[in-house]
Amino acid sequence: MNAFLAAVLTATAPVVLAALGGLLCSVSGVFNMALEGQLLWGAFTAVLFSHMTGSAWLGVAGAVLATTLYALLLSVPAVTFRADPVVVAVGTNLLALGLTAFLMRQVFGSGGTFSSPDLSGLPTLAELGLDLPVLGPQSPLVPAAFLLVAWAAWWLGRTRSGLRLRGIGQHAEAAESIGLRVPAYRHAAVLGAGALCGLGGAQLALGNVTLFSEGMSAGRGWVAVVAVMLAGARPWLGLAACLLFGAAEALGFRLQGLGLPQQAADAAPYLITLLALVVAAATRRKVRTV
Amino acid sequence: MTGVENPVGTPPTTSAPARGDGARRVGVVVRRLVLSPAVLSVAGALALTTIVMIAVGVDPSLAYPALVRGALMDGNLEYTLAAYVPTLGMAVAFAIPLRAGEFNLGGDGQLSLGGIVAAALALHAGGSYVVPLVGAALAGALVAGLSAPLRTRLGIPAIVSTLLLSAPAVSLASYLARFPLAEPGTGLAQTPLLPESARLPAFGSSSYVTIALPLVAALTALWLYADARTVPGYEIRALGANREFARYGGVRVDRMAAVTLAAGGAFAGLVGGLIVLGPPYRFVDGALTAPGYTFTAIAAVLLAAGRPPAIPAAVALLTILQAGGQGMEREAGVPSQLTQIVQGLIIVIVSVAAVVRSRWTGRQA
Repeated sequence: MNAFLAAVLTATAPVVLAALGGLLCSVSGVFNMALEGQLLWGAFTAVLFSHMTGSAWLGVAGAVLATTLYALLLSVPAVTFRADPVVVAVGTNLLALGLTAFLMRQVFGSGGTFSSPDLSGLPTLAELGLDLPVLGPQSPLVPAAFLLVAWAAWWLGRTRSGLRLRGIGQHAEAAESIGLRVPAYRHAAVLGAGALCGLGGAQLALGNVTLFSEGMSAGRGWVAVVAVMLAGARPWLGLAACLLFGAAEALGFRLQGLGLPQQAADAAPYLITLLALVVAAATRRKVRTV
Repeated sequence: MTGVENPVGTPPTTSAPARGDGARRVGVVVRRLVLSPAVLSVAGALALTTIVMIAVGVDPSLAYPALVRGALMDGNLEYTLAAYVPTLGMAVAFAIPLRAGEFNLGGDGQLSLGGIVAAALALHAGGSYVVPLVGAALAGALVAGLSAPLRTRLGIPAIVSTLLLSAPAVSLASYLARFPLAEPGTGLAQTPLLPESARLPAFGSSSYVTIALPLVAALTALWLYADARTVPGYEIRALGANREFARYGGVRVDRMAAVTLAAGGAFAGLVGGLIVLGPPYRFVDGALTAPGYTFTAIAAVLLAAGRPPAIPAAVALLTILQAGGQGMEREAGVPSQLTQIVQGLIIVIVSVAAVVRSRWTGRQA
């Protein structure tokens, strides 16, 4: 049971980080669908910097920085130029797929999957001396992801700047009329989401495993988008949606071991995510009509 | 959902060129062409790609000629043409729902399921290629059609539901090709060779260019006509431009959204069938999604920026880039993923260029 719970947390952590970023954007009134590409970029840059410096933590820092910069590709067109964020996100997601595969071949000299003994992964909490039951085999970024959810819930609900961000999303003109600089808040939200996706990508590539493979984000960014749609402005609800996805992924792995075809395990997280979306939308509709 | 109600963008209404001498009018046309979002985006994307090349130590003066040769010369033209057909089909599959304001990002799933259904029908139903193609189109329409009630009844954006349905559809096709329909005894993830009677006849001298080319071209022309000149085409455009106004004008908006999604899916499924019934005449797991037709097509449609008649040309340009990328990899040792970089950049730049241009022309008027 502990092993299963640990697997759920491992599968959930990168999605939670991406979803938290998406939630900040959605609260500020920017629909961020670029999470998938940013997670992938974060995973690649984490491996790149870890390989170059020999330090996993410098890999994490490099990924956070590089993905924040990558998020400029969304924030400048969508916030400054007011281009359609959905179209821009389709472009940046495709760009991340191409850029990571291209740079991987140029820098590491091979496509597919890159792993090497030189590549240092994140230490587990057990290795750092904190041998807790479920959290022991996790990297420190896993508890950090869940603490960030708590922080976001507090920030959005209890602080002046968090409430202002929500106000901007609810009524930009009204927020502007009391002197808030709407574009600045939105840039900050999109770039913050980039930083969180960098962290999520680093956890994916240096925490869950220690390698980079092409397209390794594998739809997690889209699951995060769905989690944001389910959550509205409530981070705890987003966390619940991500945990559901993580449980589906961990369960899929388990069932694969018991003879379920791999294709069914691949499909399960998507179908369960969609099902959650349908159930949530249907109940919301029922509440409204009654 | 998007904030912008018309993601396709209406053609900017510029005033007619002033009546002057011919040279000036030519000048106006040339300037409008050069400053059009499409030309600006392609130029900008190529410039940025060149910077990427130089940054990683690739000589652009070797890479670009290799790209052109790889797409158009040395007998490569027939492969480029063979890739053009599915990309054009997938472009229409994305464009039909987009005209109604819905994003169909599930092309890969619709394509794969259409392909495996065509293979199953060709293997087990016998007869000509007609039944497998119809089955493929129906399969695609069914998968995409699932997103319609989710959108109209539950308010789940099609962009999310089509994408979430895509991965399971690809997995299902992969499962069918590996187990129930697999070629016995080989252990390969592919179906047996399809019977001769179900194979698509060649079109012209090359066996790679089948009658899929005239078929897809004719269906595309039909759609372009329907979009521009018929009542449903007008209603769909009205729906994409302003949902509430269309409803007020008597358009059955939910039904139209469902029709466009299913029609887009049918196109994608048909493309899957056409690929499988062409060379190498079997469903090979992953062979339909690996070339990236779906996203090349999406980039092309967004590049055409709301002008459907420009879609075939935009698809041609991006197919040449894509096919040339393979040649560039062989000759200059540049990874072919470079073309994905170009496509991604084109989409980002075109989205900005379209907005900036419409604001600029709006200020001038």
